[in-house]
Amino acid sequence: MDLARSPADEAFRAEARAWLRAHVPSEPLPSLETEEGFAAHRAWEAELAADRWSVVHWPTAYGGRDAGLPRWLVFEEEYYAAGAPGRVGQNGVNLLAPTLFDHGTEEQRARVLPPMACGEVVWAQAWSEPEAGSDLASLTSRAVRTAGGWLLTGQKTWSSRAAFADRAFGLFRSEPGTARPHQGLTYLMFDLRAPGVTVRPIGRLDGRPAFAELFLDDVFVPDEDVIGAPGQGWRVAMSTAGNERGLTLRSPGRFLAAADRLLGLWQERGSPASARDAVADALIGARAYELFTHAAASRFLQGTPIGPEASLNKVFWSEYDIALHETALDLLGEEGEAADTGWSEGYVFSLAGPIYAGTNEIQRDIIAERLLGLPKGRR
Amino acid sequence: MRFLLDTEQRAFAESLDAMLTAAGTPAVARAWGRGEHAVGRAVWARLAEAGVFALAAPEAYEGVGPLPVELAVAFVELGRHAVPGPLVETVTATVLLAGLDDPGPAERLLPALVSGKAMATVAPAPGSYALDGDAAETRLSLDPAAGGLRLAPGHGPVRPSLDPARRLTHLSPGGELLAPHAPLPHALTWARLAVAAQALGVGLSLLDRTVAYVRQRKQFGVSVGSFQAVKHRLADAKVALEFARPLVFGAAVTLDPVDAAAAKVTACEAAYTTARTALQLHGAIGYTAEYDLSLWLTKARALRTAWGAPAECRDMVLSGGGRRR
Repeated sequence: MDLARSPADEAFRAEARAWLRAHVPSEPLPSLETEEGFAAHRAWEAELAADRWSVVHWPTAYGGRDAGLPRWLVFEEEYYAAGAPGRVGQNGVNLLAPTLFDHGTEEQRARVLPPMACGEVVWAQAWSEPEAGSDLASLTSRAVRTAGGWLLTGQKTWSSRAAFADRAFGLFRSEPGTARPHQGLTYLMFDLRAPGVTVRPIGRLDGRPAFAELFLDDVFVPDEDVIGAPGQGWRVAMSTAGNERGLTLRSPGRFLAAADRLLGLWQERGSPASARDAVADALIGARAYELFTHAAASRFLQGTPIGPEASLNKVFWSEYDIALHETALDLLGEEGEAADTGWSEGYVFSLAGPIYAGTNEIQRDIIAERLLGLPKGRR
Repeated sequence: MRFLLDTEQRAFAESLDAMLTAAGTPAVARAWGRGEHAVGRAVWARLAEAGVFALAAPEAYEGVGPLPVELAVAFVELGRHAVPGPLVETVTATVLLAGLDDPGPAERLLPALVSGKAMATVAPAPGSYALDGDAAETRLSLDPAAGGLRLAPGHGPVRPSLDPARRLTHLSPGGELLAPHAPLPHALTWARLAVAAQALGVGLSLLDRTVAYVRQRKQFGVSVGSFQAVKHRLADAKVALEFARPLVFGAAVTLDPVDAAAAKVTACEAAYTTARTALQLHGAIGYTAEYDLSLWLTKARALRTAWGAPAECRDMVLSGGGRRR
């Protein structure tokens, strides 16, 4: 058992740190949930990609550095410690790309991944529907066979970044009337600017169009944009859902940096005793998450896939994120109400954590049934 | 970087688990609480034989240490089985004695602690309790301000603890001066690591026992464990314990006082909230002294303040200055 990084990993850290020092914008970019901010973040992705820092864990063939999990963790630590911008491409990079690596064709990877890596094509996730949130198997949007492809019809919602994104990926019912609800689904990619697509931005709590609903009316998708076999969409989607709850969505580097900034804020404000426990717990929580991730990464590298343990992650980081930001807003006092600070933007973002990627209630059911072995019951 | 226990460390845990299961530790803890030390001493001897008390002692004093990761592995098992006695105190005394500039006291006192022939207890400051002063042969009292480290000549009356298996004592003043200054901070790191691991074990046992109970207990015609309200409390306990675990082993790897304090406060909080959940989900049977669950419930509360209350540990974390210290 050890925590030491190899000299090669430390050299990688030094290289990343030097690059970030030279390139991270001195002023924060505008919120990526605005049109202007989205464009600025897209340009930042292109700058990262030009020196192959946008997707360090990907194979070099698609714009990565083939860096492996430990170095990805190192990169994330440096990235967030440097105060670098939020990642506009994360839905594609963290959710669609792993699916393509596992289930896509070589042609799909070659076509989709390089423009994803440089922010030229930004992806939105189109999973939820008005009547299908965490109960994803109940979705009703259809994919109907047509010459050379499929016609999509229905409504998707809560689609993050879809207000400004280029393309989307999601599950569609291709075989109506199957015996079980998660059968007969197909995983497809589609263009948000294709004929028949209407994107209606939705303002989140702070009014910014961080997500959107999508209305689809006979939207044509060619066969080459089906991922995996038609009808096997559930299996394809679930094999990578753990990514969303687990490591990739929230790297420990993000929380280590946030906890450090919180400690700085607390000290700046005269180290008030009222916030002492919460600030200490934020520091401890970041360390716990870092070490938990080290253990998960070690298991993963030994060949154990990330299973229901991802639900432990998701409950932990989503609640941690809110607690950390609440503490910061409390420390800021009256100023904490102002909506144009990084802390308030982070706070609003954190509030969605227990809701998306499978609600925390669903995660607790998974923990109880699959990790503790408790019997299934009525929800 | 490989942050997982290796095969030998896992085998060590399994052998301790098997030995302590066979020893019937609930009965041992109950006897210890009544002041009957014989069966406890027998278990202690077997733990020493398995090498538990050698882990913090350097080879120069017949130990095999320092092996803090193995010590954490052992203390998780001691907590899981509610083993009574001055376990943490004996480790702390070992580290204190081994760290003195003058090797004399360690040469004289450590072999008996390593071999399990003697138990030790420690009063870390004047007026602090020393656990099980009546059972320990080596009683160390510290007065960091004035008197250094002393071998106390005796102990005061036993005061009961919330955990009946923990017996609180004051040490008699005076006694032989072993060292003018004692390296308490380093020993405190080991003490907190050991308490954190023990608390994690207590929490894990509470969770296991409660999961087993709610699976078989039926109400309204179904297993209590099928109710979502019950599942969610247990899921939260699981999250708390699984995020305390890496802090405990991380502190064992670094032996950093900040990491040990973080592990101590987090593992103790996780064990304590698990105890509250365990009691609630057992209902009235869990509230009885006869039922074995009480041995872990009360220990979870007592460990929370042993060797550094939550506020003290959080202060240590804040004094560490965060990540980029």
